Amino acid sequence: MAQLLCKNLMLGYENNILVRDLSFEVNQGDYLCIVGENGSGKSTLMRTILRLQPPMGGEIAFGDGMRPNEIGYLPQQTVVQKDFPASVREIVLSGCQGHSSGSFFYSKEEKQLAAEHMERLGIAELSGRCYRELSGGQQQRVLLARALCATGKLLLLDEPVSGLDPKVTMEMYHLIKGLNDQGISIIMISHDIQAAVKYASHILHIDADIFYGTKKQYLASPVGKRYIGEEGGEEK
Amino acid sequence: MTEWMDKLTLYFSYPFVRYACIVGVLIALCSSLLGVTLVLKRFSFIGDGLSHVAFGAIAVASVVNLSNDMALVLPVTIVCAVLLLRTGQNAKIKGDAAIAMISVGSLAIGYLLMNLFSTSSNLSGDVCSTLFGSTSILTLTRTEVWLSAVLSVIVVAAFVVFYHKIFAVTFDENFARAVGTKVNVYNLLIAVIVAVIIVLAMNLVGSLLISALVIFPALSAMRVFKSFLSVTVCSAALSVFCAFIGILISILAGTPVGSTIVAIDLAAFFVFAWIGRMGGRA
Ligand SMILES: Nc1ncnc2c1ncn2[C@@H]1O[C@H](COP(=O)(O)OP(=O)(O)OP(=O)(O)O)[C@@H](O)[C@H]1O
Ligand SMILES: [Mg+2]
Repeated sequence: MAQLLCKNLMLGYENNILVRDLSFEVNQGDYLCIVGENGSGKSTLMRTILRLQPPMGGEIAFGDGMRPNEIGYLPQQTVVQKDFPASVREIVLSGCQGHSSGSFFYSKEEKQLAAEHMERLGIAELSGRCYRELSGGQQQRVLLARALCATGKLLLLDEPVSGLDPKVTMEMYHLIKGLNDQGISIIMISHDIQAAVKYASHILHIDADIFYGTKKQYLASPVGKRYIGEEGGEEK
Repeated sequence: MTEWMDKLTLYFSYPFVRYACIVGVLIALCSSLLGVTLVLKRFSFIGDGLSHVAFGAIAVASVVNLSNDMALVLPVTIVCAVLLLRTGQNAKIKGDAAIAMISVGSLAIGYLLMNLFSTSSNLSGDVCSTLFGSTSILTLTRTEVWLSAVLSVIVVAAFVVFYHKIFAVTFDENFARAVGTKVNVYNLLIAVIVAVIIVLAMNLVGSLLISALVIFPALSAMRVFKSFLSVTVCSAALSVFCAFIGILISILAGTPVGSTIVAIDLAAFFVFAWIGRMGGRA
């Protein structure tokens, strides 16, 4: 069975339905990019998958040894209070809070894990620094390291590169691709259709009409052609 | 100087003064612990709101002549704390408006009740000491001292055990929820702890000055330190230090305990703000 299976999902808020009849699945090692216009309901989908809000219809199932709280999550915006005193190490370590070790304190292994992930994302030397004094790109890495502490299987990234300069954006994409190559499934929301097409294995397009399929199918589909055409046109 | 020492030695030769002093310090310690969380959740005034609720409850307790008013005050305050922290999340009435409403409401009702039904001959004295704390820490009764000691120990223990969860819930509630932390339970826990702290601290500084005891140490520590752990430890240490000095001064100079402690907390805040700016520039 797939790691994550969404069947006939209906998404929205109270009396405002955004998306109807959304079905897709994520298997181990997939790299799914979710594209679509502002306000089409992409972040809402993420929040629903994470059970931060209930679906209005349909179902979400986890399989392949996945438990629902084993998803690593990188939010679109973290409403971290501006004056929050928290060091990088403390934040990364808080990714381990879901581990069901039954203890209220972090174990040696968890601290080790946090250190490894900081190393992996190149923020090891920032570990004592204050989060709010970091640059946007560094902050994104910290949150990614936290997400990695929460999962070894599936990462949900909501616009991980927004606000980053082109060079750091490329680095971020490489990092994510590297993680994907190591077997972690990725679900990423992105407005960068070029990068989506370059890295993803599957595409989910949320709009008036929904498209879900492999990258190849997407490129051949009318929706895909139109969307990529528009984007390309804008750039010139 | 020797005169002061003599006076202190004299006072401290009474075991009861020593106990009162210990309790004062313990209360200061617990009230500073959750300060960081409350400041960051934009709940700085919850202390104020709750203490007014407690004031109302005390008024009711004295009207119906309850022998032990804690039995009424503590549960009422806890319920209000839970309600207030709730409204913060799905707000029909925004958090601070709800707090203002409840706090001013119970203040008015409380004073009204006391005025109408009080049997005490010294009404304004009673009201004043509920609002600003006992004029002297020595007027605490023996039960109050013991109850305060026990509750403070429980609060500190709960804070230490749940420290990491409290950090996680304060820092990023959505993330905590996504990875399966029972956010609502911990928010409830925070609310209950806050309520207990408020009721405790009322003995020391009275209704009107509690916010100071809760948030000043945290704010001071946040000027200088950058990690959650160091801020928490520093604000606890600072709060204990200020409370101790405040109690000593109030014994020596005969000043009201609560306002003396708060004045010293305020002074400490300016010192830390200055250190923070110097550090920032260097
Ligand atoms: N808490 C909420 N209550 C009611 N409506 C909401 C809420 N959050 C978002 N919406 C609405 O739902 C719609 C979809 O929002 P969502 O955040 O999912 O969009 P998105 O696809 O992520 O857009 P973007 O690309 O800008 O991030 C928007 O029209 C928004 O106004
Ligand atoms: Mg979004």
